[in-house]
Amino acid sequence: MAMIEVTHLTRIFDVSKPWLNRVLERLPKALLTAVSDVSFKVEERTVYALVGESGSGKSTIGKMAVGLLSPSEGSVTINGIDLTRETDAAKMDKARSDIQMIFQDPYASLNPRWKVRDIINEPVTARGGSGVGLAEKLLEQVGLSALDADKFPHEFSGGQRQRICIARALASEPKLIVCDEPTSALDVSVQAQVLNLMTNLQEDLGLTYLFISHDLTVVQHISDKIGVLYLGRLVEEGTPDQLFDDPKHPYTQMLLAAAPKMDGFGREIDPPQGEIPDPINPPTGCAFHPRCPLATRQCSAERPVMRELRGARVACHEAT
Amino acid sequence: MMLSPLNQRRWRNFRNNSRAYWSLVIFTFLFVLSLFAEFIANDKPILVNYRGEYRMPIFSFYPETAFGGDFRTEAIYRDDEVKCLIRSGGVIDCFDDPVGIIEQINAGTFDDPDFMKGWMIWPIIPFSYDTPNTLDRPAPSPPDATHWLGTDEGTRDVLARTIYGFRLSILFTIVVVSFASVIGIIAGAVQGFFGGWLDLIFQRVLEIWGATPSLYVIIIMFAIFGRSIGMLVFLMVLFGWPALVGLVRAEFLRARNFEYVRAAQALGVSNWTIMFRHMLPNAMVATLTMLPFIITGTIGGLATLDFLGYGLPASAPSLGEMTLQAKRNLQAPWLAFTNFFTFAIMLSLLVFIFEGVRDAFDPRKTFQ
Repeated sequence: MAMIEVTHLTRIFDVSKPWLNRVLERLPKALLTAVSDVSFKVEERTVYALVGESGSGKSTIGKMAVGLLSPSEGSVTINGIDLTRETDAAKMDKARSDIQMIFQDPYASLNPRWKVRDIINEPVTARGGSGVGLAEKLLEQVGLSALDADKFPHEFSGGQRQRICIARALASEPKLIVCDEPTSALDVSVQAQVLNLMTNLQEDLGLTYLFISHDLTVVQHISDKIGVLYLGRLVEEGTPDQLFDDPKHPYTQMLLAAAPKMDGFGREIDPPQGEIPDPINPPTGCAFHPRCPLATRQCSAERPVMRELRGARVACHEAT
Repeated sequence: MMLSPLNQRRWRNFRNNSRAYWSLVIFTFLFVLSLFAEFIANDKPILVNYRGEYRMPIFSFYPETAFGGDFRTEAIYRDDEVKCLIRSGGVIDCFDDPVGIIEQINAGTFDDPDFMKGWMIWPIIPFSYDTPNTLDRPAPSPPDATHWLGTDEGTRDVLARTIYGFRLSILFTIVVVSFASVIGIIAGAVQGFFGGWLDLIFQRVLEIWGATPSLYVIIIMFAIFGRSIGMLVFLMVLFGWPALVGLVRAEFLRARNFEYVRAAQALGVSNWTIMFRHMLPNAMVATLTMLPFIITGTIGGLATLDFLGYGLPASAPSLGEMTLQAKRNLQAPWLAFTNFFTFAIMLSLLVFIFEGVRDAFDPRKTFQ
């Protein structure tokens, strides 16, 4: 059974002006479709990466996966338990403790007034457990000193703070960790350390990661499967090899072409054409068609469905 | 009690602010002193030795008969007869010539078969706040050796009333502010944390509540239920708690989108824990900044009500009521000056203290 299964997940935000303004200014309701009909599965002990530009709905999917947001349509099931619809409190609590989250900004995600020990123990103490000695053990596991437990977050650097966040996520012995751009706030040198730590922990503890990132190079090395998002829709999904050697969707091709190359001087290619469209008023048919070099009349009329293509999945009419 | 390093640092910061620190020392001294007001200003002696027996009239009731008198009502220790009875050990002649007998006892020439020397220890100020005095001139009388700050319209000692009034006004404020803050903080926290419709409706209710003229309600409620301190506390809390709501709500609205709050939610921490362990400590600085205004406001509010005659029951020692007397008796400036200095010193000390507390809690100054 898949560790996490996302089916037809949709999330719509109401970003309308207040009711009175709408009536007076005769504006329609503004609905922002952040995530639209996304389906994927993450197998146990694997790393699934979601990549996409900003505004593509990556973080929204991550928040729905841990239950911080509820889906408008569709469902997220963790080990067969649907977090938003499960009524059995005990099952729900079990599922909640199996899943943890690491946030993007290690400066903002640690309460500045709490000691590191209390921060790390919190997932356990919040469920009435006792965290004696736990923080020290976890701190050593993530490469910090047990003596750091009595310090406050402001005494640490960004990389060290992210390690504290990882230690906190590990405290309740979860099976799944949702990582919401865990390295994007860090220096490149520190990024590698944190990524290596996360990979080691994944192997040692048999964790499953849902890894959210905008950085293809980061994702290439750590993930078992990558899903590419565009405007809230999954456009392509495949293993890193399939995706990097044989990108099928024109958007993936564009992303890869835009990625910095180690063996080149200056900018040898043109930057990607156009901007990501307005999600309140998305293009008809395939959301990518205004920027797509292959677009046909069919693309602007009909939304492509996910189909199998050489072992990977792609949502494109023209991909061959 | 061990303070956490953070609180130790705050305490150090507070101590380094010498104005705040000394204000706290002086205020604590005055307040603790006023807590023992019964031992400082009272119309009963602290300790009585009557025929070898020790009695403490401050704590227990003694009828006059206990000292060899006629009445079964409480002994009036300031009467010459009672003084004489106690000093002489219950000599009957005291009813005829108490002053003469006391003089003889003092001179050591008194002789009577029943005589057994007794004594009384009086408080420094031998008047309570409601003791009527017999004066040889019209009240209010100016300060003299007996009444250090003079007397008021009702011939009562001004100094005694000030001490009791100070205590009452501080205790009243502590009770009102603590109830109002707890309610206000919880209400603000709930509104700010959950937001949405709850916030919207609650805010409208508060606006209506805030527009209710509290003075009228207090007058009406007193008319229906009668005047009492409990009722006044209840009404002051009822109209005082919205003061903190807006502030705490704003802090929580800001803090609920902080990532560590989101992180705690993702970790499965309960809403209550998030609100009061994660968010409140971070909202505390703003709350503490507001608290001095509420405290001084409550002291002023009580004085205002008393001044208008809608506050504490008339018998209670009240600084506001004394202000009213000062206004009525401009020919007796000692009333006005006493009031002015009491309020000025009390409010200044409190403002200095809270200024220091606020600075000590300010995170930007904490780590200097």
